[in-house]
Amino acid sequence: MANLPANPSITPELIAKHGLSPEEYEKVLSILGREPSFEELGVFSVMWSEHCSYKNSRPELRKFPTTGPSVLVKAGEENAGVIDIGDGWAVAFKIESHNHPSAVEPFQGAATGVGGIIRDIFTMGARPVFLMDSLRFGSIKGDSEQAKTNRRLFAGVVAGIAHYGNCIGLPTVAGEVYFDDSYNGNPLVNAFCLGILRHEQIARGAAEGIGNPVFYVGAETGRDGLAGAAFASRELTEESKADRPAVQVGDPFREKLLLEACLELLATDCVAGIQDMGAAGLTCSTCETASRGGTGVEIDIQLVPQRAKGQTPYEVLLSESQERMLVIVKKGQEATVKEIFEKWDLPYAEIGKVTDDGMMRVRNGNDVVVNVPARSLADDGPLYSREAAPFTPPAPLDLATVPQTDPLKALPQLLSHPSIASKRWVWRQYDHMVRTGTAVLPGSDAAVFIVREANKILAAATDCNAIYCKLDPSVGSRIAVAECARNLACSGAVPIGVTDNLNFGNPHKPENFYQLRAAVEGISEGCRAFNVPVTGGNVSLYNESPAGAIDPTPTISMVGRIDEVAHITTQAFKQAGDQIFLIGEIGSELGASHYLLAIHGRKEGAPPALVFDKEIAIHHALLGLIRKGFVRSAHDCSEGGLAVTIAESCFGTNFGATVDLGDTQQRPDVVLFNETQGRIVISVSPSDKAAVEAELSKSGVPFRAIGAVTAQADLSITTGASVFAWPVAMLNETFEGAIPSLMES
Amino acid sequence: MATISKAPTAIKVAVIQFPGSNCDTDCQAALASFPGVTAEIVWHKETSLAGYDAIVLPGGFSYGDYLRCGSIARFSPIMGAVRNAASTGVLVLGICNGFQILCEAGLLPGTLMRNRDLLFRCETLHLRVENNESPFTSVLHQGQVLEIPIAHGEGSYFADAETLKALNENNQVLVRYCDASGNVSAAANPNGSLENIAGICSHGRNVFGLMPHPERVCEPILGGTDGRGIFKSMIEWMATHKSNN
Repeated sequence: MANLPANPSITPELIAKHGLSPEEYEKVLSILGREPSFEELGVFSVMWSEHCSYKNSRPELRKFPTTGPSVLVKAGEENAGVIDIGDGWAVAFKIESHNHPSAVEPFQGAATGVGGIIRDIFTMGARPVFLMDSLRFGSIKGDSEQAKTNRRLFAGVVAGIAHYGNCIGLPTVAGEVYFDDSYNGNPLVNAFCLGILRHEQIARGAAEGIGNPVFYVGAETGRDGLAGAAFASRELTEESKADRPAVQVGDPFREKLLLEACLELLATDCVAGIQDMGAAGLTCSTCETASRGGTGVEIDIQLVPQRAKGQTPYEVLLSESQERMLVIVKKGQEATVKEIFEKWDLPYAEIGKVTDDGMMRVRNGNDVVVNVPARSLADDGPLYSREAAPFTPPAPLDLATVPQTDPLKALPQLLSHPSIASKRWVWRQYDHMVRTGTAVLPGSDAAVFIVREANKILAAATDCNAIYCKLDPSVGSRIAVAECARNLACSGAVPIGVTDNLNFGNPHKPENFYQLRAAVEGISEGCRAFNVPVTGGNVSLYNESPAGAIDPTPTISMVGRIDEVAHITTQAFKQAGDQIFLIGEIGSELGASHYLLAIHGRKEGAPPALVFDKEIAIHHALLGLIRKGFVRSAHDCSEGGLAVTIAESCFGTNFGATVDLGDTQQRPDVVLFNETQGRIVISVSPSDKAAVEAELSKSGVPFRAIGAVTAQADLSITTGASVFAWPVAMLNETFEGAIPSLMES
Repeated sequence: MATISKAPTAIKVAVIQFPGSNCDTDCQAALASFPGVTAEIVWHKETSLAGYDAIVLPGGFSYGDYLRCGSIARFSPIMGAVRNAASTGVLVLGICNGFQILCEAGLLPGTLMRNRDLLFRCETLHLRVENNESPFTSVLHQGQVLEIPIAHGEGSYFADAETLKALNENNQVLVRYCDASGNVSAAANPNGSLENIAGICSHGRNVFGLMPHPERVCEPILGGTDGRGIFKSMIEWMATHKSNN
């Protein structure tokens, strides 16, 4: 170690700048038995950041149910979990955040978020087949500087996702976008990717085989994204703009080449281990593969393909340049790597080898700049159990304080609220049809995708109502799971797995940590109830701007399977005369609703109650009807309640609907806009009406026939003595026009 | 990389795979769904296309297209063979990025510019068949309205007045964007293309480029089958052409 460069000297200021606490630095000293080099300090800093180590969340994440007969690769074992889907086929899927980079540089931040999650999937040996996105921004309405900024962020993020996904040729088939001022200054960009593979194709990120050569493949290393993982583990401030160099620059064309080259390489059986260089780049991939393999890895920085001249070893180690992979090649098969990467015109270099001493050793020519036990970086990071503030359940909404409004006006207002309005402006910018498998286009409850090579039909949805989570994180996160499952049921699918993206504020603040803990427990409860494993995901903490923390946003993405093409169901009405049923209750819960927010400007009250047994019985009843071929359309009730749901089922058709909800002795606004859970609106052929009633009675779920699809394109809803009617064309124009008119103004 | 469909057949189509092609396998699957057609993926570094009855340049981002779409792909080794084949009357179909490459390569006149609103646009639109006397539209009717999706950021067709005049005089415009009733209107123009042009063929009729993606609407489960007419026309033409030889 005589040649360790000692510049700059390790001062308390430098340690603090690296985000390491004095206690954590003590731990570094005791692991090394000496003072770290500058490079080693950087390596510990990124590996022990929340982003890489989950030091504040790992004890909570252990609560997730992660096992099951279909789980082939468990959460946390590898870059993504893998689930069996039958006939020797499997899916790998995961969601990951790129919030901080997107706040500072929306286009590249979002683009590289997509690139990162795609790499996580093909690293598993899976061919990526589709993408989804869950996005959150501050309000885009009005002329304030904040609104203008939010529109710029929204437009930039969508363009960035489109840029990357469209170019690499993966359809973005579903997603969600919400607008709420809690995301001012700190938008959320969560990207999901799913890939398909044969069981025997599962690739591992372990550095196995002492003496095996370690290859660097893909784009050259530059100075972009320096220490991005550490940047992601801080709160955003006014000065964050200065962190722009911590945002990476994406090259989807390079990633397309890398994807094809890696899948071609993996098919040759010459790969002992493979890992993408994502957060913490070369550092993370070397120490994680060594740790997983129970081995050591030694590399030479000077052999790494580099984009810029004069980069220091510190910069090369901590760069988060995109589109790079680390491949452990079986000794003697180096020529295959050469052949394939030359075919795809990609840089590659043998930069080191697998060793037997458990050390992550980095040389700069003859100098050793890092010499650290790999396991200590990857697995022995600090773990904290933070303090959770006691939680006071929100007071139930006092309806007497909510002035009655005219539903005639309220429905169009709700439909034009950007969170509820059509997202066509967004998904029209995404190629959502490439790979010719998209059977249900964006805009329905769930995306449905046909995976030709496996002859399987998959469905996927992503959901999180953060208003619910803000007011009661436990209930809100349970609802997020239930709503995802409900969306899948409405498309005819049975859930097979969940990936989650936990977006929260600074965990050092007890109220934030309570939210994280309650959300994990709520999601766990939900996943157990629906009997689906959590296959992995991502934690994004420190989502705060100077105005405070974001509303807690535990985004749930759920993947499901549809057995037969005939079971694929969409939300749009299909034929005039069809009978409309409500499965579930009329409901009465207005607390935490979008009606309250959009019409009355209030974010308060208790979110609707969720009873898993009831919810599951309703999903089963619906799936039973779908399998018997009775269901022409199915759409779940969520934000905006029953009126919004029925209106949406009219959109994109030439039909209207006449609905009578009976006399529930409640205010019309409560009947039309409440957000009671466990409700689905279906339409069936009149000739099947009796059979459907018999089936639903047998299943014991609450239901009622509420009306019929009409050839006249008007929506008419009766509640008690009140009748409300709207031309569908007017509602549709409001729904479709809201976001374009805000963005084009 | 080449995958050969099972049935031994008379008609063999090459689907060129540039490094950033991403509709190559979609085109292959659409072609292979016709009885008697073999579709093979051909790597862009190949230099021969001997033995193929037709060539498809699929959609995608051939070289990332950070410069002008297709401007680098035109220099790919395979393009010499594409040019030769085109000059001998072999059918060449360019879809989306393939259309852009054909324009850059000079096999079709004009160019594709950024969409009018500068946004990428993916959606199913209506196309009117302007001329069914071509190897690519022969099974369609004159004036027939097709529903075929687009997915592009640079699809605004432009050519100088003289070129445009020649295209119209020679009936080289095969499809234009229109509304559901077949009206070619400004409102039905998704990208600012001159005269709503969605696809044009060469003077000799054997090279056709279009921005919409017929391969995406070749089976009912994907929302339609209107794309089949274009492939069917090609296949019938090739079959006739072969038997005449």
